[in-house]
Amino acid sequence: MELTLWTYEGPPHIGAMRVATAMRNVHYVLHAPQGDTYADLLFTMIERRDKRPPVTYTTFQARDLGADTAELFKNAAREAVERYDPALLLVGASCTAELIQDDPGGLAAALGLDVPVVPLELPAYSKKENWGAAETFYRIVRGLCANAPRPELSGEGRKTANILGATALGFRHRDDLKEIHSILDALGIGINVVAPWEASPADITRLPEADFNIVLYPEVARTAADWLKREFGQPMTSAVPIGVGATRDFIEEVAALAGVDPTPALSHSNLPWYSRSVDSTYLTGKRVFVFGDATHVIAAARVATEEFGFTLAGIGTYSRELAREVRAVAKQHGLEALIADDHLAVEEAIRAASPELVLGTQMERHIAKRLGIACAVISAPVHVQDFPARHSPQMGFEGANVLWDSWVHPLVMGLEEHLLTMFRDDVEFHDRAGPSHLGAEHKASDLAQEAIADEPEPQNDNVALWEPEAEKELSKIPFFVRGKARRNTEAFANERGVSRITLDTLYEAKAHYGR
Amino acid sequence: MSGTDVLRDPGQRAVFCGLTGIVWLHRKIEDAFFLVVGSRTCAHLIQSAAGVMIFAEPRFATAIIEERDLAGMADANEELDRVVDRLLERRPEIKLLFLVGSCPSEVIKLDLSRAALRLSTKHQGRARVLNYSGSGIETTFTQGEDACLASIVPELPADKSDAPSLIVAGALADVVEDQFARLFAQIGIEKVAFVPARAAALETPVGPNTRFLLAQPFLTETARALESRGAAQIAAPFPLGAEGTAAWFHAAAAAFCIKPDVVDAAIELPRARAVKALARYRAELAGKSLWFFADSQLEVPLARFLSRECGMRPAEVATPYLNQRLLAAELELLGDVPVHEAPDLERQLDRAKAARPDITVCGLGLANPLEALGLTTKWSIELVFSPIHGFEQAGDLAELFARPLDRAMRLAV
Repeated sequence: MELTLWTYEGPPHIGAMRVATAMRNVHYVLHAPQGDTYADLLFTMIERRDKRPPVTYTTFQARDLGADTAELFKNAAREAVERYDPALLLVGASCTAELIQDDPGGLAAALGLDVPVVPLELPAYSKKENWGAAETFYRIVRGLCANAPRPELSGEGRKTANILGATALGFRHRDDLKEIHSILDALGIGINVVAPWEASPADITRLPEADFNIVLYPEVARTAADWLKREFGQPMTSAVPIGVGATRDFIEEVAALAGVDPTPALSHSNLPWYSRSVDSTYLTGKRVFVFGDATHVIAAARVATEEFGFTLAGIGTYSRELAREVRAVAKQHGLEALIADDHLAVEEAIRAASPELVLGTQMERHIAKRLGIACAVISAPVHVQDFPARHSPQMGFEGANVLWDSWVHPLVMGLEEHLLTMFRDDVEFHDRAGPSHLGAEHKASDLAQEAIADEPEPQNDNVALWEPEAEKELSKIPFFVRGKARRNTEAFANERGVSRITLDTLYEAKAHYGR
Repeated sequence: MSGTDVLRDPGQRAVFCGLTGIVWLHRKIEDAFFLVVGSRTCAHLIQSAAGVMIFAEPRFATAIIEERDLAGMADANEELDRVVDRLLERRPEIKLLFLVGSCPSEVIKLDLSRAALRLSTKHQGRARVLNYSGSGIETTFTQGEDACLASIVPELPADKSDAPSLIVAGALADVVEDQFARLFAQIGIEKVAFVPARAAALETPVGPNTRFLLAQPFLTETARALESRGAAQIAAPFPLGAEGTAAWFHAAAAAFCIKPDVVDAAIELPRARAVKALARYRAELAGKSLWFFADSQLEVPLARFLSRECGMRPAEVATPYLNQRLLAAELELLGDVPVHEAPDLERQLDRAKAARPDITVCGLGLANPLEALGLTTKWSIELVFSPIHGFEQAGDLAELFARPLDRAMRLAV
């Protein structure tokens, strides 16, 4: 048993859902207890999708366990195929269904459905979300391409590439793809298939027709790309274009694979000039701790040191599958990599390294808040605010611009906070009136007290007096609406010539004005 | 039962499991910690629900079962003890620890009630350890609170005094709790306690002289546990809206032999305020059709409030579970509206898309997809997370339903 306050990855069936939801004409029948449909919210709320994920859950309950849960699964599969008419059916089990061992793959095969079925074996007690996504994508590719003929590549004409790895619920996958598209456009390289992002099963069967594969997110795509290399001889990229230097490397690697000139894609980023401008001198040697999935961590370590001039104070990843690669980077910086999915171990490592900036996930935001350290998000897991409306890639030259702004932003605030510490009795910029909207060291209760203290004094003499009981009640209203409630109540009392504000006055006014 | 048909068409359900109750219970019970014994899925659910809040120190966690725990029970118990030791060491302020059962822990029949006894003994004087199930196979969403409160009730001290006392069961927003306490005092009911209590959850006395009022409709097991301690339930509609709240206080007063005119005098002002506050929203809501997907068991009282006090027309009311005894007064008031108990999701979606109600109350997994089809939705979880009970909140409750309509009117893009 492992004590877990926060988990960096979901269970492996969430990875399978990310692949299924990214694709078109695919349906996933998941043997799972009632309640596991919470996963739909990840897609409809965090990623804000406008459709339900293509997942049918069996939602069995305790009373079904005594009866025939296998029958429940068969009905769900039959009804899902009838209703959604998918071109490919994925079947699998969640962690609880794994324990009751109904064998969804075997059951689906026995149904004789008129649709290709890919059974997923995702061991929920030993593997996690990214592994589940990689395995699912690999099973789909293998299931649909296994019998494809090895294409005769003429070596003539325009080369084409597959772009592999982008999924639903991926950190900035939507916008990264746009950047990769524009790089390939500039190089005159054709795009054969993008997968799993918006690919149909028919698209997957065309994967072998490309000249090479671009592995955008190794956590998801490397297993499938390895197989495509073995089966069809397709070479794959190794550079991940996050940061100016890595983007240049990527362009040169892709251009070499396609036999074209890299120059047209080597366009402009603002990062090098911004970083060289004197305003950035104070960034030199700032100690930064990097944690996240392996791909984003490796990229961030390079960008932080070579492009921002930071010093790497610590590095780690929760991606055990790519631990070796992260260890190699750590070694270059004279560090020991932290390979862990224990949030408390990460907290301990950050505390010990005492960095000035943490580049991490949503979880490191919790740690940074606790320790009062500036923080920016570089990797999943992330919450709704990191699926922004605006174009916000991490990859390519525009991605480098985004990295610049988002990593420096909390530090500027950090500097302000240092000034506050130095001059904490300043009448305006005192301790509790800190400017940081990031709230590094603020507690709501502090803000609440401050809101009481900072209420404007009555503007004129005929403002009613507050009864202590009413005043106390007012303090129970959340601080961000309290000011408005106070103003409304006083206006209400004034209009009626009430001189003392009682509890009833407070609520009379509330009823009068509404919320 | 009064003209209400209960329709059943079981199938796929899109509901939360009872573990979700932790998201609000851990804020309400200030000295408690909730340790889920489950899988990575359970941990993922809770952080997905609560993770947008950034905690310096959350008061919940998951002991994730690993492959080696599945090999043998003895190991799993030792492992659990080790995890609890580590947790209590890290959080010395925790006085009450809930071991919360999940689907995996129940399927492998890990005996958490025995573990709770063992750990209570081991950590005697330091922390009490209780156990309840929040699993999806046993509980739906708010039933997690029911299971939690039902686990508290047997631990409460015996009330040995002769004076009658009142327990109000169901987690309420603090401000609502304070309003209710004041009104009970004005009515003349002296000994009133709330379960769960904010700070000391295990100190409310209960006994044969205790009467209890449910503030929430989903407390089937809690009611049963209170009755087994000798307490008697006061049947009443739930305190939603002016009508429901007035009836709730009247029922309480009647049980304490207090005359109705005393109650009327005490609630006169707040009731008038509630009616006044509702009037502004009634104009926006009257005549609008209303559709409930199953979620929290609040659906029937809400449909009653919205139809009788806001003039809405409930087209379909679904609830995950219908306890006809606890909801008898509500169903009476709701009248001739069919209630669907745990209907099949896909078929209910077909009906909703065909009916195109003015407001659809549904979970977050359905809300945006339905909005994209042009239906106006009210996401139901907010009704559990907002102060909606009592006179002073009646206007706010109506506003929660008026807001999506208001928004749809405002948006020009």
